Amino acid sequence: MKTKLHLAMIAGLLAIVLLPSCKPKDTSSAVTGDAASKSYVAPGKYDEFYNFVSGGFSGQMSCYGLPSGRLLRVIPVFAVDPEKGWGYSEETKPMLNTSHGFVPWDDLHHTEMSQTNGEVDGRWVFGNANNTPRVARIDLTTFRTVEIIELPNSAGNHSSPFITENTEYVIAGTRFSVPSDNADGDVAINTYKQNFKGYLSFISVGKDDGKMDIAFQLACPGVNFDLSHAGKGKSHGWFFFSCYNTEQANSLLEVNASQRDKDFIMAVNWKKAEEYIKAGKGKKVPAKYAHNTYSDATHSATSEMKTDVMVLDTKEFTDICYMIPCPKSPHGCDVDPTGEYIVGSGKLAALIPVFSFDKVQAAIANKAFDGQFDGINVIKYEAALYGEVKKPGLGPLHTEFDGKGNAYTSFFVSSEVVKWNIKDLKVLDRVPTFYSVGHLCVPGGDSKKPFGKYLIAYNKITKDRFLPTGPELSQSAQLFDISGEKMQMILDFPTIGEPHYAQAAPADLIRKNQVKIFKIDENKHAYVTKGEKESKVVREGNKVHVYMTAIRSHFSPDNIEGVKMGDEVYFHVTNLEQDWDVPHGFAIKGAINAELLIMPGETATLKWIPEKVGIFPMYCTDFCSALHQEMQGYIRVSPAGSNVPLMFSLGNTIDGKAPATK
Amino acid sequence: MKTFYNIFVILIVAMTLASCGGAEQDTKAPESADKHEGSAPQAGTGSYDPKRGEGKFTLANLALSDKLDPVMAKAGEATTEVKCSPCHKLTDEKLVGPGWKGVTTRRAPDWIMNFITNPDPMIDKDPAVQAMLEMCMVRMPNQSLSDKEARDLLEFMRKNDGLK
Repeated sequence: MKTKLHLAMIAGLLAIVLLPSCKPKDTSSAVTGDAASKSYVAPGKYDEFYNFVSGGFSGQMSCYGLPSGRLLRVIPVFAVDPEKGWGYSEETKPMLNTSHGFVPWDDLHHTEMSQTNGEVDGRWVFGNANNTPRVARIDLTTFRTVEIIELPNSAGNHSSPFITENTEYVIAGTRFSVPSDNADGDVAINTYKQNFKGYLSFISVGKDDGKMDIAFQLACPGVNFDLSHAGKGKSHGWFFFSCYNTEQANSLLEVNASQRDKDFIMAVNWKKAEEYIKAGKGKKVPAKYAHNTYSDATHSATSEMKTDVMVLDTKEFTDICYMIPCPKSPHGCDVDPTGEYIVGSGKLAALIPVFSFDKVQAAIANKAFDGQFDGINVIKYEAALYGEVKKPGLGPLHTEFDGKGNAYTSFFVSSEVVKWNIKDLKVLDRVPTFYSVGHLCVPGGDSKKPFGKYLIAYNKITKDRFLPTGPELSQSAQLFDISGEKMQMILDFPTIGEPHYAQAAPADLIRKNQVKIFKIDENKHAYVTKGEKESKVVREGNKVHVYMTAIRSHFSPDNIEGVKMGDEVYFHVTNLEQDWDVPHGFAIKGAINAELLIMPGETATLKWIPEKVGIFPMYCTDFCSALHQEMQGYIRVSPAGSNVPLMFSLGNTIDGKAPATK
Repeated sequence: MKTFYNIFVILIVAMTLASCGGAEQDTKAPESADKHEGSAPQAGTGSYDPKRGEGKFTLANLALSDKLDPVMAKAGEATTEVKCSPCHKLTDEKLVGPGWKGVTTRRAPDWIMNFITNPDPMIDKDPAVQAMLEMCMVRMPNQSLSDKEARDLLEFMRKNDGLK
């Protein structure tokens, strides 16, 4: 009976699949019988790829396994995360410091993995903050944000954080042009053309330690820089930026920035810019921006406020930037694995132009220019064009590559992914997405060496795809097997926040480098407690420092008295465990704060200002052992001026002191 | 009933063939899930020696002296304070785990070395450890001791048990 039922179910499923096959836009089309086995990763088995997905307006980055779509981790980046104490512990608060002060949220749009020789190397993944412009670096040995640098002269850091082929630079182009930070910004908004500038930041990345620094900024005409990608191989040394609003409108951009038939892809010879900087042609300009770094040695972040930035005004140099006309309001700007073809995706265009790097070089050499835009030479469209993909779909946005000569472009308006051949520009296949696809990701898909097995489409709209959850629905990822000639949809899964760009890399590149614990002997935190013998409570004026340890399953000390109203209490909790996957949590009743989640060998600090007199329990929040429910303690808060002495204890053994009694 | 299902299946197959375009996808043999690289480690089975436990240490490779090495014992005491003393007292009193007094006479030195450097497999297999787990209810954590740290600890335990 069981087999019969299965037979019936399979048949039923098949019927659902096949009946609407004449209408490819139906929600259930394009799934074939073996899809489940292609995305199924059995319990206890590992995924083939790590997939780093931008969390959009959640401000975080998520990490999924592919092909299962299992959520492995949410990495807090630009938004506070009470679950992990990110932005709540004293150690992590400086990471979210900016020139505007502490900013608890942002909008993370794009992820980009570090590369060596144009190939994904699995060391770091970068993310951009779109609202208050910043770039973050996440260390893939700890899956933690270890560095955040703010970008002066920028607003809407959208064209970011794309990298050069040896991670020499992370690039950040401003979406909103604005008056420079150094200028008097109190100008009429309709003086956009005179007063607004677009800045492109070139952030150098330390070869070994990954440390970021703004090497220089290019001051460019005021337009909207949208997306970008580095040249690679033969075009290494160049960067390509899509520009829209070349109308330089400052209101109702929906209409006013859609006037021209062609906007631009701006080609930037960054090696040339580097030369000018080396020759001392740049100007140091006053600016204020935060540079925040996290240390695994001290388990603490520091925030440094920088005061100047090197700027090169591209108006003064005719051989750095060139404009390539691109129809119409281009969004994605993608370079194929060989570095020869640059694909511009005009949101409002009915074709996809493909530019040739060799032709661009020839056009520059032959001065095949068609006037200037705000002082920058405009290359003739035909002189740069390799060819056009005709009638590919509606609303092209982004293109990824499979390393086998094919490109995959997302179409927002027609909700589909289109596979086409780069050489002959012929459309090979198209599949619907559900719905309104934005970015695409092929593992290694923007590098010299894509792993062209899967393609993931990130969709903006999911209505009717999952069980409904009220007015607010999740966005989604859709996984396609692209190993054959035709794309095959094999999985749908919801995502956190709104996924924009994503990257993926073979699991082995990252898995083998994982840090499992922090060595307690190497802990250099200023308030570390190395062993229960050192646990103590120290008063400094109205500041009370609790040097506390956590191990299965107690805190030391776990009874504290003599805290008074008006005190600021700092719980510096050191996790003494030295085994993988044994974090301890720490929380105290009434704290206007989050919990701490402390990894083995780590120290983290919770600041607590008692609000009233009484007894306050604290406890471990992360189920750590069979006696986890016993992992608790009490703090007594007395009125200001009370003569209760400062006492602390664990059982009756700590420092030989008897437990405090009333 | 059987016929009904069979007819249904046949119908579906027919529809597949007749539908406009049908399924255009590749219908290659499904990839086995086993092909996905890597997998979580599985607990192994095999012979277990309860005298020496499981790990890299043997009486031969330990080559203990009858005399205490006070330098090693001192280093072991320092390690104890960071990694062990939250759960173990030096007396015979149980805290989270058993007190250490007499441990070097209750257990063989290679067993101790293997247990403190490789606790998880031994908790799963060793009858004495399992009996202890029933009493303490907390699995002894792996404190990631280096070989030297473990050896120093053993020396400190020997000192604690009166070796001179």
